Amino acid sequence: MMVPGGPESATAPACVKVPLKGLLPQQGRRVASPWGEVAVFLLSNGQPRAVLNRCPHKAGSLAEGIVCGEYVFCTQHDWKVCLKDGRAALPDVGRTRVFKACILGDDVVIEAED
Amino acid sequence: MKRKILVVGNGMAGVRCVEEILALDAGAFEITVVGAEPHPNYNRILLSKVLGGEGRIADIVLNPYGWYEEHGIALYTGVEVLGLDLDARTASLSDGIELGWDELVLATGSLPVMLPLPGAEKDGVIAFRDIKDCEAMRDASRRYQHAVVIGGGLLGLEAARGLLNLGMQARVVHVLDCLMERQLDPFASKLLQQDLERQGMLFTMEAQSESVLGGDRVQALRLKDGRILAADLLVMAVGIRPNVALAKAAGLEVKRGIVCDDHMRASRPHVWAVGECAEHRGIAYGLVAPLYEQGAVLAKALCGAPGEPYTGSTIHTKLKVSGVDVFSAGEFNEREDTKAYRFRDDFSGIYKKVLARDGKVVGGVLYGDTSDSGKILQLMKEPDGESRLAGLFGAGSKSVQEAAGVEAMAPSDIVCSCNGVSKQGILDAIKTKGCTTVDQVKACTNAARSCGGCKPLVQDLLKLALGPDLAEEKERVCDCTDLSRDEVVAQIRAKSLSTGKEVRMVLGWKNEEGCSKCRPALNYYLNMLYPGRHADEVSSRFVNERLHANIQKDGTFSVVPRIRGGVTTPAELRKIAAAAEKFKVPMVKITGGQRIDLLGVKKEDLPAIWAELDMPSGYAYAKALRTVKTCVGSEFCRYGVGDSTALGIALEKKFEMLNTPAKVKMAVSGCPRNCAECAIKDVGVVAVEGGQWDVSTGGNGGVSLKGAELLARVDSAEEVIDLVAAYLQHYRETAHWNERTAPWQERLGLDAIKKVVLDPQIRPGLVERMDATLATYKDPWAESAKDAGLWRDPQAQAAPAGRT
Repeated sequence: MMVPGGPESATAPACVKVPLKGLLPQQGRRVASPWGEVAVFLLSNGQPRAVLNRCPHKAGSLAEGIVCGEYVFCTQHDWKVCLKDGRAALPDVGRTRVFKACILGDDVVIEAED
Repeated sequence: MKRKILVVGNGMAGVRCVEEILALDAGAFEITVVGAEPHPNYNRILLSKVLGGEGRIADIVLNPYGWYEEHGIALYTGVEVLGLDLDARTASLSDGIELGWDELVLATGSLPVMLPLPGAEKDGVIAFRDIKDCEAMRDASRRYQHAVVIGGGLLGLEAARGLLNLGMQARVVHVLDCLMERQLDPFASKLLQQDLERQGMLFTMEAQSESVLGGDRVQALRLKDGRILAADLLVMAVGIRPNVALAKAAGLEVKRGIVCDDHMRASRPHVWAVGECAEHRGIAYGLVAPLYEQGAVLAKALCGAPGEPYTGSTIHTKLKVSGVDVFSAGEFNEREDTKAYRFRDDFSGIYKKVLARDGKVVGGVLYGDTSDSGKILQLMKEPDGESRLAGLFGAGSKSVQEAAGVEAMAPSDIVCSCNGVSKQGILDAIKTKGCTTVDQVKACTNAARSCGGCKPLVQDLLKLALGPDLAEEKERVCDCTDLSRDEVVAQIRAKSLSTGKEVRMVLGWKNEEGCSKCRPALNYYLNMLYPGRHADEVSSRFVNERLHANIQKDGTFSVVPRIRGGVTTPAELRKIAAAAEKFKVPMVKITGGQRIDLLGVKKEDLPAIWAELDMPSGYAYAKALRTVKTCVGSEFCRYGVGDSTALGIALEKKFEMLNTPAKVKMAVSGCPRNCAECAIKDVGVVAVEGGQWDVSTGGNGGVSLKGAELLARVDSAEEVIDLVAAYLQHYRETAHWNERTAPWQERLGLDAIKKVVLDPQIRPGLVERMDATLATYKDPWAESAKDAGLWRDPQAQAAPAGRT
């Protein structure tokens, strides 16, 4: 789907910045982006992760889910979604979009995967 | 550039083919689906269930709108394809759009055959094919009484059953003397007719329809023999024919259906057909299993994946007609050269027949018990099947037969005929993917996903594969550990473990950071064991307990302020109204627990709306005391013998904010008329004459109805509070996390609980620990106003301080 001002358009912002001080380990945060609402997380080891804030099951919000290792459990029906590849853990099947996330200075920088 | 696939038809065959394509190569195509019905893909087989309230349309949807969106499929519903240009590779749609395609998949299904009877154009003459027809039947049932169904085949009987469910009188008119003659032999068909008559269905057999009588609307059906049957709804269910008009007009070769080769290729390049509209080797199929097999072959051809060509399907039918299981395959009517094996049990209404010719099993019929169907299909494939028939008709109780049923099946035997899943396929899923429930097997293998008829077999296979393990599993905290709740709590005490992380490390958790089950459970146990000393692990709490509000499906939240005992004031109501208006709350609702729910509050507005309300949190989101429901009581009610509102308010004030293993609901009634419905509450208190109170516990009115049991009759309101404190503390100390009082009380036994909480030696200790715990709580909404840190950040997740 084309999003106005999204990455597909010529003037699109290449990335979205989220201040690190707004994030807590093992907790997520909803962030608006040209690609839709993104759920940004800090894992317990301090690494950032970002996925589209839509559970592949019924589009539930993932940002508030319980984070265990590389997984988040959806707030709606407890689907287990991998933050590395966006896939639902078996036996559930589905996938949500994953974004590149890295720490640059005081921010987590989120970019679309190419 | 991705190749563009256009699928014409949004039914079971077309969408299954799309699923197969996605499974093979999700990124290879840009897929567009156009469907004439204004719905996503639903399970047509279950349409009759939608009638008469057994299910809603949403329940039979196979692929919800979100599925199309998630897979990037462009979906046009309620839109017809009017024409195709096979040279230009375009399709023109009824809404004026023209779509281009590289590959065209025709999955237009079939149309009901409408008999050309004089008068057939009258209102109230319908087919039984889609949701629109179901809606017409439902409308008719509200205003009319007499329904006649022409056609005694499967479709007609399903329609008649649905009409019965809707409260109409349903009469089936059939041209032959046997129902479902294409699936059943005459004997089974008579059994079926008797069973259906017992359910209230009426039959007029060997009857040919002549004309439809009435004014604008049908009033009766005239038969050729002159009889006239009253009918203010007439359903024609005499068969289906492939829907080929579009293909024909485009110049494709069409006989009965769209003619296809063994890869489902139609007569022009880049054009394919699948499902009921397709004709393969002279046959147009009307059952779901062949359609799915075709879809798989077609998907492989489109993706260029290697695969066997489609060579046709063995036709067999396994269904539930109006609650009766029937199965048939191959030849099932005796001829001169066939030998028949029969089994009849009139008592249980079971009939089985297998036919053999020259030592080979050629077909059979099962009625009432279809557990041998896989066996028969298997034997039909073998040259000497007849010699292996022994055992199929063995006597014995039904349960023994059923258990032997799955055990006796060969690994390659098909369990789910709709989706072609074998016994081995399911056993593999249980073994390698750790499936322990039918739903998990369903998700892993697709078995039982379509008609659901094989669910009992899948259940049996689970039992067969996991018998003892299934029981063991229930006791464990979660999949991360083999330890039970009691073992974990004992270890926490013995080893003085102080954090969730420590528990998981020391006790050898399989997942270092646990899962959504054990994380909150461990946090609860630690809080329970070390009140005020264990630092609450916020990231291990479910979102609702972290944000002190209930998350809704759209990501907004609901806010319920505390209204103790359901007693409020005009000033409080004004405050709630003002807050609701200020924050444009989309829905204000009175809850079942006598308070007010503000629904649809934005996450970032939460701290502000709490401040605006300036009321304590109602804890409507937590595993905690929710409400104390009260009746009016002695203050106003002419029957009241106790002041139920005062006691309710006192109980709520005392135990509010208390974390419990699962939610706790209470009620207080002022007399034994029990208007506060104490019998279905975790704790119910009823006033009895003479100033006494009956305290009942362990009731539940939700998932599983259970009446509360009398714990004790006590002499004063103070003693009620003391007893409830002891009961709740005992529950807090011994229940599994997420275990309501009803199952807990059943597990421990009421007598065992009484021995603890009524014991004058034990009770004071429980009450003391309860009070120590209660002393650590602070109202989270008020705390949030004091917290200047992260919580003020509109999106942040941290809980305010002071939580235990």
